[in-house]
Parts: sequence; C-alpha cells; structure tokens
Amino acid sequence: MLYLPDISNRMEVQSTPVNYLPIIFQILVALGFAVGTMVVTHMIGPKRRTAEKLTPFESGIEVIGNARQPFSIKYFLVAILFVLFDVEVIFMYPWAVNFRELGLDGMIQMFIFMGTLLLGFIYIIKKKALDWE
Amino acid sequence: MSLFYFVALLSIFFALMVIFAKNPVHSVLYLIITFFTFTIHYILLNAQFLAVVNFIVYMGAILVLFLHVLMYMNLNNEGSEMKSMLMKVSGLIAGMCLLVTLVGSMKTLAVSDPVNLQDADLGLVKNLGKVLFSEFLLPFEVSSILLLSAMVGAVLLAKKEPKSI
Amino acid sequence: MELAFVIEKFVLITVVFVLTLLVAMYSTLAERKIAGFLQDRVGPNRAGPFGILQPLADGAKMFFKEEIIPTESNRFLFIAGPSLAILTACIGSAVIPWGQKLTFGDYVVDLQVTDINVGILYIFGVVSLGVYGVMIGGWASNNKFSLMGAIRAASQNISYEIPMGLSIIALLMVTGTLSLKEISEQQSGFVNWNIWYQPLGFLIFLICAFAETNRTPFDLPECETELVGGYHTEYSSMKLGFYLFAEYINMFVSSAVMATLYFGGYNFPFMYDLGLSENWITIIGVIMLFAKIFFFIFFFMWVRWTIPRFRYDQLMNLGWKVLIPLAIANIVLTGIVITVKDLL
Repeated sequence: MLYLPDISNRMEVQSTPVNYLPIIFQILVALGFAVGTMVVTHMIGPKRRTAEKLTPFESGIEVIGNARQPFSIKYFLVAILFVLFDVEVIFMYPWAVNFRELGLDGMIQMFIFMGTLLLGFIYIIKKKALDWE
Repeated sequence: MSLFYFVALLSIFFALMVIFAKNPVHSVLYLIITFFTFTIHYILLNAQFLAVVNFIVYMGAILVLFLHVLMYMNLNNEGSEMKSMLMKVSGLIAGMCLLVTLVGSMKTLAVSDPVNLQDADLGLVKNLGKVLFSEFLLPFEVSSILLLSAMVGAVLLAKKEPKSI
Repeated sequence: MELAFVIEKFVLITVVFVLTLLVAMYSTLAERKIAGFLQDRVGPNRAGPFGILQPLADGAKMFFKEEIIPTESNRFLFIAGPSLAILTACIGSAVIPWGQKLTFGDYVVDLQVTDINVGILYIFGVVSLGVYGVMIGGWASNNKFSLMGAIRAASQNISYEIPMGLSIIALLMVTGTLSLKEISEQQSGFVNWNIWYQPLGFLIFLICAFAETNRTPFDLPECETELVGGYHTEYSSMKLGFYLFAEYINMFVSSAVMATLYFGGYNFPFMYDLGLSENWITIIGVIMLFAKIFFFIFFFMWVRWTIPRFRYDQLMNLGWKVLIPLAIANIVLTGIVITVKDLL
C-alpha cells in the first residue's frame, strides 16, 4: 500500500536574501583554497623546462598541427538540444512543487506541455539526430 | 541600496570585460561572471526562483553552448581581423543607430518605483507556480510550441539528409 | 547583521570543508583498498599501519611535482580549468543538511550551512557548472586528446543532466518543496523515506550521478585506451591533483545528495522512540548520514571495479533514448498515482 506523507498543513518556510550570504562565504572559502594551493604548488615545485617537454603530447611522435580545428557538428546538436530540454525541465519545477494544490487541472495542463515537447523528442529520434555511427 | 550599486558596478565592469577581452574563451568566462552578478541581483530582489533559473539556464546551459561553439571553431587564424573600410563604416553606422534608439527610448521611460512590489514573495517558487498556472497559462503552453519549433529547426540545420543515389 | 551569525557560518563552512577534503582524501585510499580487495590483492600498505598515511604521501607528491604548462597552451585558461573544477566541486555542499539542531546552553546551531527555498535547484545548477572546468582545461591544453576528452565530457554531462532534472521533478511532486531541510524532515523514521515512493526515480538519479561524476562505467572522458589521459593529458602536479580530487569531492557530494533526497538524510529508524535527548538524536543522525554517504561511496567504487566502460554510442543512447523516456514515464506515473490517491 502506497503511503504518502501529509503535506497539506505544513508550515511554509521562507528564505530571504540573507540566507544566500553563506553561499557567497563558501564560494570565497573554496576560491581561497584553490588559489592558495595553486600558488604554493607553483612555488615549491621544481622547474626544469626543455623545449621537448613543453610540446603537446601526441604519443611520442612529431606533433601535427594543433587542436584548434573544426569539430563534428553532432556534439553541437547535443548541446543545443540540451539547452531546449533544460528550459523544459525548468518550466516543470514550479508545477511539481505545486502539484498537490493544482490537482487534476494542473496535471492535464502540464501533460499538454509535455506532450508537445514529446512530439519534438519523437521527431528527433525519428530523424536519427542522436544516432552515432 | 549601496549593495545594489556595488553589484551593479561589478556587472557593468565584467560586461565591459566581455567586450574588451581579446580571446573569445576569456569573453565567455567573463560572461559567466556577469551572469553570476545578475543572479545576485535577482536574489536581492527576492526573486529566488528566477535567480536559480538564471544560474541553471544561462550560466549552466546557454554559456555551455557558447563554449561548445567556440571550441569547434578554427581559432587559429589570428590575422582575420576585419580590415576592409566598408565593414568599419557600416559597423559605426549600426552602432550609432543603436545609440540613437537607446537614447530615444530612455527619454520616453517613466521612472518607476522599483521597491514597490505588489507582493514581495511573488518570486518564490510556490507562488510563481500558482501564478504561472492560472494567469499565464496560455503563454506557458505557447512557449512549448516555441521550444518544439526550436527543436525541429536545430535538427533540420544540423542533420544532413542522407543522399539518395 | 550580527557578528555571531557570520562567525557561526564561517566555522560551519570550515568544518564542512575540512570534512569534505578528508573524506575525499581517504576515498582515494579506500578506492585502492577496495580495488585490491576485489582483485584479490592487498592494496597500499606501506605508508603507516594499513597504509593510512598513503593519501598524505600522495598529496605531498602532488605539491612537489613539476608544473608543466605546454608552450602551445593558453596559459591563463590552462590554470583556470582545474581551479574551476575544484571550485564547483566544493560549493555544492552548502545546502546539504548535515543534521538537526545542536543546542549549547541557549545557543542553537543549525547543522546546515544555509537553508534556501531552492536548495535542490542550487545543487542542480552547481552540477551544471561542473562541466566548465573540464571543457576549459581540455581546450586550453591545445592537445587533440585533451580536446576530444573535453568534448566527450561536456556532451556526456549535459546529456545526463536532463534525466537527472526529470527524476528530481518526480520527487518534488511527492515532497512539494525544494528545500533540502524540509525534504529531510518529511522523511523522519523509516517508512517515510522517499526511496519507497520513488524507486525508479532513484535508479535514474543514481545512473545520472555516475555519469555526472565521470565515474566508471561512464569514464569515457578519460578513457585511457583511446584518449591517453583524456582532458587532463597535459596536466601535472597539483593541477592534475585538482581534477582527480574534484572527482572524489563530487562523489562525496552526490552521495550526500542521494542520501538526503532518497534515504532520509539524517533520519534513522525509531529516532524518537528511544528516549534520547535532542542533542544525542542530532549526533546519531549525523553519524547515520555519514554511514549512508560511505555506503554510497563504497557503491561507486564497487561498480567501478565490476562493470566495464560503455562505448560512446551506447552512452548517448542510454542517456537520450532510455533514461529520458523512462524519467518522463516516471513523472506521469507519479502524477497519476498521487492524483488518484488524492481523489479517493
């Protein structure tokens, strides 16, 4: 038997902009750690530079060209589809949080939204846009 | 209020750095920081959901896309700056047009009271969801069609039809 | 703002930070010990009793190694890459509730750095920023292997973010809040744990967590049979250390998130029935949370030494064609079940 927690009469906890201040603190601490470690390791490490050592690694053979070259469009397509789906996912958060209050109407409205995007998803699959030969 | 001016100054500074940076990848990095300051602005306005959306969608998704584009491009030819006079002149004219438009629209702006929100907690996720699914339901559903057309367009542009012999 | 608040937060952040680093350090040892156990070897046992000083030796080695910055690379971005990786790994832990309140006389300390309304989304955002460190580092190296590794990593991470977000949505429909503190509190006891309501969602989340932390079987970005060292081919000394360390920190944070979202966080069975004082409940709760986290870290390692790596097309197919439809089906199913239950 599925048992769902009772959330109907829960107190709404509000956070204010002040609650975000500790996140800034944490970013500062992490930044300090990263920069400090970088500086220390830069100072105490040995430095013996030779021209060969500083060439890009290409399995020991002569380097041909460099890595600034055009790349497969496939990855770009993945990135652009990711942005679109990410926006879709973001739209669903306000709905999911209010899911109980919005009830059946909200669910139908959201399913229409999802259905439209599912059409796009089916189109993508049918077009074999995400197939990797 | 002074906090606002401090963050706004940071935003403008990093936005300028985006333009002045020579390396396009540096520009993207500065753009990330600029968007981060925008996130702080949203939090200061108590628009917490919008802040985190800005964080995820702009910083986490759209700029990743920008970076993808830069990584796939051939950035080798350093000497490909626009040298032709025509380009420079047309750029100047376009910039001036934008400036005129901006100044003109600034003149018609009415000063609004930014602090006077009707509901201070409107930016919280729960309240936003309630408004989105009642008052703004139609734009919400229409936006799904916008996303759909974007999807189809992306696939059409990026995917070559297999050639039939 | 009171000084006490700032000091309390800084102390708490420092404690969490040090704990994170300690756990990440000893995860490296645990990984090698577990690998040794699974492969019928001993594992590192020379530095100190049972090798417990091994992480310190490894760390010191990273510090004393030569820094190599290739001449072809972009110097600033080459340094920025690993720094960004460790930065994004370290800030995710800010919203995780480590325990309930501790009371010292009349001073109450909340064992959470901050409780914000959009807690889960903050973590989601930090995860999506994690891709920058890898991308920028791999691109700045100006090495073909690095670039391939970086692009693979970027595509993999962004592909698995979508099913991760969708699985969280199904969870939110049950909890009705984005605050991690509230989600923890709803799961008090044992029967209320979200894993019982969202088993499929948890499975999707778990797979995505593996992909987001670039752990085997999803470690294609550093697939050494194809790409030498992947995105960190050109890196040495502490910069390499940062990349490797960021992976362990990510593993720790995602274990903590999984424990909090699905396994009750700091809650444990019969927590209010044993007649313990509040402080004791909090302390045992923290220990229980860490026990859950260590179990997940062990699970990460167990999988790493058991399952072979995916091929790239298999990886993409799993992400886009299996996990996304499954996650959407999970949302629909959850929606229908809850609606029917509320109507009855």
